[in-house]
Amino acid sequence: MRRLSAGAWRARGGSALGRGLLGIYLSALVLLPVSAVLAKSTTGGASAFWREISNPEAVAAIKLTLVVSAIVVVTNAVFGTLIAWVLVRDEFPGKRIVNALIDLPFALPTIVAGVVLLALYGKGSPMGINVAFTRASIALALLFVTLPFVVRSVQPVLHELDVSMEEAAASLGAGPATILRRIVLPSLTPAIISGVALSFARAVGEFGSLVLITGNLPFKTEVGSVYVFGQIESDNLPGAAAVSIVLLLAALAVLAALSVLSRWRSGHVV
Amino acid sequence: MSSSASGAVASARAPLVPRSRAPSRAADERARRARRLGLRAIALGYLALLLVAPVAMIFYRTFEHGLAPVWPAVSAANAQHAFWLSLEVVAIAVPLNTVFGIGIALLLERGRFRGRALLGMLIDLPFAISPVVVGLALVLVYGKTGWFGNWLAANGIAVIFSVPGMVLATAVVPLPFVARETIPVLHELGTDSEQAAATLGASRWQTFMRITLPGIRWGVVYGVVLTTARALGEFGAVSIVSGRIEGQTQTLPLYVQDRFENFDITGAYAAAVVLALLALATLLAMNLLTRHTRPGEAVT
Repeated sequence: MRRLSAGAWRARGGSALGRGLLGIYLSALVLLPVSAVLAKSTTGGASAFWREISNPEAVAAIKLTLVVSAIVVVTNAVFGTLIAWVLVRDEFPGKRIVNALIDLPFALPTIVAGVVLLALYGKGSPMGINVAFTRASIALALLFVTLPFVVRSVQPVLHELDVSMEEAAASLGAGPATILRRIVLPSLTPAIISGVALSFARAVGEFGSLVLITGNLPFKTEVGSVYVFGQIESDNLPGAAAVSIVLLLAALAVLAALSVLSRWRSGHVV
Repeated sequence: MSSSASGAVASARAPLVPRSRAPSRAADERARRARRLGLRAIALGYLALLLVAPVAMIFYRTFEHGLAPVWPAVSAANAQHAFWLSLEVVAIAVPLNTVFGIGIALLLERGRFRGRALLGMLIDLPFAISPVVVGLALVLVYGKTGWFGNWLAANGIAVIFSVPGMVLATAVVPLPFVARETIPVLHELGTDSEQAAATLGASRWQTFMRITLPGIRWGVVYGVVLTTARALGEFGAVSIVSGRIEGQTQTLPLYVQDRFENFDITGAYAAAVVLALLALATLLAMNLLTRHTRPGEAVT
């Protein structure tokens, strides 16, 4: 056992005991719990599942989640790319600090994100803006927590992008809009798409930053994750599980679709 | 884009006329400068309104009347308990995730077996699951009416509404970080040195400790920092699994919510500022570490 040849070492990738422990940990944390949600959602059969997810409050919450998440990721695609561009191509004093601050939403606890946004954009706002308990507050909180995704996925690609292509295009008479559309964006598209996919998955499941700022009003500001929370509190576990599955599938579907799209795009570009 | 670009376009479209070159270049340069400043203003304005101003605001609100009202708020018994409980949970969950993350990274990068791609997807699954769903899932497995509920009760093991459940809830969401940060570094490292060590008679453990681990340490540390930040702030899953019992199973993020909902804004802000300071420390650590790993690139 101790002196494996180099080839055998590579093939094994760890001892049987190690693999067993990894398997147990993964099962305890992910595999069994997710299976349990799946099992719970279908305890009453397909009709019970359908009844739970077609209940008007659940439908409203799921719809709201998907629509706001879509708006948020499109905004992220535009502003995230723009911010990445400025951080890579521009030079200004304090750039390194700005670059470091981009990760703040990942480091800041989500409940603190909600409190922080309420302090500036809630009741008694020094700016005279009060978005608390409105649908705009959902978008605001989601924009905050998903900000880094597109920036961080576009930045390295932009860094690698050869400026000489753009210079060549400019010398051949292409205007900035044409260069952006024909040279820069096509190379960035896969990175933008992958950032958008991660943002969307995060936005669909987001909870902590929303609980305080949205007020969780059914049919108005109650998103999917908050609805699930409410169902757990009122002990309707099958209902909570059914809507959970819908949210999970929505996130996975978008992740899968965008990963296919991004592969297809990058195949066309280069 | 800025409208001043039209001049640049006109001049650039006439590259065959050399006489117009000198003045057009100046116009070109002016237009480019205007565009760059415009983009910079938009980007920085967006970041200021969305990120910097709100965070600065909470620091201002917390300290606007000096330190006097802040001290009792952070030294309140429940606040202290929440703080130490948060640290306790993080201190258990993060090392577990670290060992797991390194193990999975080795398995995915060095192992050759069927179902590797599937395992990779499974590791990333927590990124797609809502924390609330994680909490529900754990209740369905370890709760009183859950799959293991009877067995756990019969053996006197409390998971849900106590620390073990909170550790599980805290560990799930940041599960992929260590593995995802370690895999690329492991890939870069290659297997040459490991094979050389093995040929020279080193045991697997020796090879791992002396060759592999030193090679991947910055990737691991970076993953640990991300895991710690996420674990410290975990809210949704812990909220469900802990039962939110004041002074017992209330972590610091839960305490912030509790104070806020009880209109104790000073208490909520003080605890939020403590968490925000920890987040800023995390940012600092991440930036010192990226210099050791990959410049300009970070996080998932």
